[in-house]
Amino acid sequence: MAAPVETRDLYLEEYRRRAPDLPGAGLPWLRRTREDAIERLASRGFPTTREEAWRFTDSGPASRAPFAPPPPRSGAASAAGAGPAHPGAHLTFLDGRPAPDLSALPAAPGASVATLREALDRSPAPLEPVLGRLVPAAEHPFAALNTSLFEDGALVHVQKGVVLADPVHLVFLSWRAAEPFRTLPRIVLLLEEGAAATVVVSYTGPAGGAMLTSAVTEVALGEGASLRLVKVQRESVEGFHLDATAARVARGAAFSSHVVTLGAALSRTDLTVALAGAGAECGLSGLYELRGRQHADHHTTIVHEAPQGTSRELYKGVLDGRSRAVFDGRILVRPEAQKTNALQTNKNLLLSPEALVNTKPELQIFANDVKVKHGATIGQLDRDVLFYLRSRGIPEEEARRLLIHAFASEVVDAIPVPWVRETTAAALFTTIGERPDGGRP
Amino acid sequence: MASPETIHALATKEYPYGFSSDIAEETAPRGLSEEIVRLISRKKGEPDWMTEWRLKAYRHWLTMEEPRWANVRYGPINYQDIIYYAAPKPKGSGPKSLDEVDPEVLKMFDKLGIPLHEREKLAGVAVDAVVDSVSVATTFKKKLSEMGIVFCSFSEAVREHGDLVRRYLGTVVPANDNFFAALNSAVFSDGSFCYVPKGVRCPMELSTYFRINAADTGQFERTLIITEEGASVSYLEGCTAPKRDKNQLHAAVVELIALDDAQIKYSTVQNWYPGDKEGRGGIYNFVTKRGACRGRNSRISWTQVETGSAITWKYPSCILQGENSVGEFYSVAVVNNRQQADTGTKMIHIGKNTKSTIISKGISAGRGQNTYRGLVRIQRGAEGARNYSQCDSLLIGETCGAHTFPYLDVQNPSGQVEHEASTSKIGEDQLFYLRQRGLSPEDAVNLIVNGFCKRVFKELPMEFAVEAQKLLAVSLEGSVG
Repeated sequence: MAAPVETRDLYLEEYRRRAPDLPGAGLPWLRRTREDAIERLASRGFPTTREEAWRFTDSGPASRAPFAPPPPRSGAASAAGAGPAHPGAHLTFLDGRPAPDLSALPAAPGASVATLREALDRSPAPLEPVLGRLVPAAEHPFAALNTSLFEDGALVHVQKGVVLADPVHLVFLSWRAAEPFRTLPRIVLLLEEGAAATVVVSYTGPAGGAMLTSAVTEVALGEGASLRLVKVQRESVEGFHLDATAARVARGAAFSSHVVTLGAALSRTDLTVALAGAGAECGLSGLYELRGRQHADHHTTIVHEAPQGTSRELYKGVLDGRSRAVFDGRILVRPEAQKTNALQTNKNLLLSPEALVNTKPELQIFANDVKVKHGATIGQLDRDVLFYLRSRGIPEEEARRLLIHAFASEVVDAIPVPWVRETTAAALFTTIGERPDGGRP
Repeated sequence: MASPETIHALATKEYPYGFSSDIAEETAPRGLSEEIVRLISRKKGEPDWMTEWRLKAYRHWLTMEEPRWANVRYGPINYQDIIYYAAPKPKGSGPKSLDEVDPEVLKMFDKLGIPLHEREKLAGVAVDAVVDSVSVATTFKKKLSEMGIVFCSFSEAVREHGDLVRRYLGTVVPANDNFFAALNSAVFSDGSFCYVPKGVRCPMELSTYFRINAADTGQFERTLIITEEGASVSYLEGCTAPKRDKNQLHAAVVELIALDDAQIKYSTVQNWYPGDKEGRGGIYNFVTKRGACRGRNSRISWTQVETGSAITWKYPSCILQGENSVGEFYSVAVVNNRQQADTGTKMIHIGKNTKSTIISKGISAGRGQNTYRGLVRIQRGAEGARNYSQCDSLLIGETCGAHTFPYLDVQNPSGQVEHEASTSKIGEDQLFYLRQRGLSPEDAVNLIVNGFCKRVFKELPMEFAVEAQKLLAVSLEGSVG
């Protein structure tokens, strides 16, 4: 049977051609991981909406044709979109390649921030138990694509007991290009026993060009470690953004994740947290604000593997235009995970008659001594409250904006990095609530 | 908590309806083929259109695959090893009145506590009794027919009210709807038919009692209820089956149609044989139930108490088409030992200002696995739709599981959808309090469980509510400790 050549076969071909030159090619374990991933991708293919996990998200536009590696850049790109100057390490990638002139890596004792390529060249040992181990390539075809072909990314490694005072900022900037291209950022965050850090990951780029970002982040937290991870996605609204993040949280460690999704035509974020040790805790919060024909899908999975774990989750969405949001939150409590306490909430605000929300908060519980709750709501701005504000002399647009901000602030205010909090709030002001007759920007 | 002796005593208590009756049965040969479908149709003296309808469904079924997405596990079903038709042998030309019904059959129903004799008028419930594949008796028919209400077995309806059946059959659950509905459409044997004409409020509860008696048979009943403009009816069904080592298949289809201002209340107490403690035997209860609120201001309410069956796979649903129509779903599902249940509802909001309420209470004990799966969809035109869902799970014991898979799809910003779910075990403090007041551990658990289910039980007609509470106590026996 002469089947048409499929995208996955083209990626397989590319892998075969380039495998010897990919970073870490000399490391047998990484070679095996990459081989494994590309085979999974080749045999399984890209997801279709016939699969439960992709039922509401058609990833077709991101997988119908292969995306080429980014074209070479001549000259220094502008620093636009790289975020304001702030203390702490700052590592920027332009079209997936490190941009030293946009980066600043002040020395911090007991901690290292490096490109993944460097880390694989110099000291790959700490990466071996984490890289390609936490995100299951078998279940996520785009993660498999990243694992097999990634060329660079970042490693943040904080040693035992070290507390990083300033946030580490990783910026992935995709500039517009004549031809569509892909970037495959790969991030590993390693916090040893008792270490603490805050990491901000920004995916950003100006409008224009249907580029694909398929990112994978793997987080390993040692006993009692603490990580605050902030992800802000403000890519081109014509682009595709797929992100698989997995965290493994050891005994007594705490992981908090803050996801802000504003960009991309199609975005999908899979966040999986395994509370692997007793008393581990995680807090996941997310905000998605969509307009036009944007589609954003957030899948979260929290696996309570050990007793006395705590998880808190709050995702909020504001939808305008013909946008569509998918939320699928799963809490899995294994039989060993007695005394689990889990709470999950998803709230959606629909501003337009053509916006659509599919939400699916799932609980799978195999232990009995637990307290697990979830809730989901979908609704519009409260008419009574709007009326009240207008009766007080606040113009309707202003009142709407006020209410939308009030709705979003619960998530925005929880972002632990002040300048991210401020830029997110500012971005919300210029986007949501903006009407043809709208007031101030 | 409870002493080992009481636990043992309770754990060894058996399914009280597990007896089988020695009734002369007439059965079709094993297996399924066009011949069998024709045979069933012939046995029932059906008109040609009915036979054709069945055959069409059968042919479609052949092209379908058994669904595997439910959160339940079971071995393959051999559809050629099932007897698709079994009926208590008629004496002579069939019973004309209750006096002619086989006394063994009457005795069986007496044993089940179902009053078939019209003399038990105090019960005030009209009963259609279905054994295996046929309806054996329907009570209060005359009184109902005086008001224009048709309440009879499905076979009789096909023969005597063919036009009504033909107009509505398969309009809510099409013959090709899903694998089990298609199978049912091909081989359905009997069931109840109810038609309430315009403006009539049915004066008594209508009830069907389903009993699987013969071994190796499947029961495929079909129920169709139509309420015309302004009419209302409350309908109850109950089910039991004898204990057998082999699994038996029960694949029913229920269709409800409510026109303008009409109301249907459908209550189920499902107590099919759940299998033994090791999970041997028991009924596979794969049922398609759906109601269509076609008219303005119509209301369909499903209340179910699911305590039996080895595996339950059912989602009583409402299609809220008419403006201001209301759909309700109240459910208590209990799994113990190795029972599995994947149950919930679908509320499809199409019309304006439609409202739905979902209250689901799942109780898992032993090694039982209980899943709530639901869909709330607010379609684009469903201006001002409203849904409230609450799904709570109670876990008793360390080896059971409770799962929740709610899907909420909202396409209209004026829709308000709320979903809440919680999972927890019985509070130690609550138990302690009740025990120090002198209640035995079992009574304490029963009290708490009944409180947990109260919102659903209060929706049940009184007779059923009492039965349901007792049933719950029986189902959970032996799980405390």
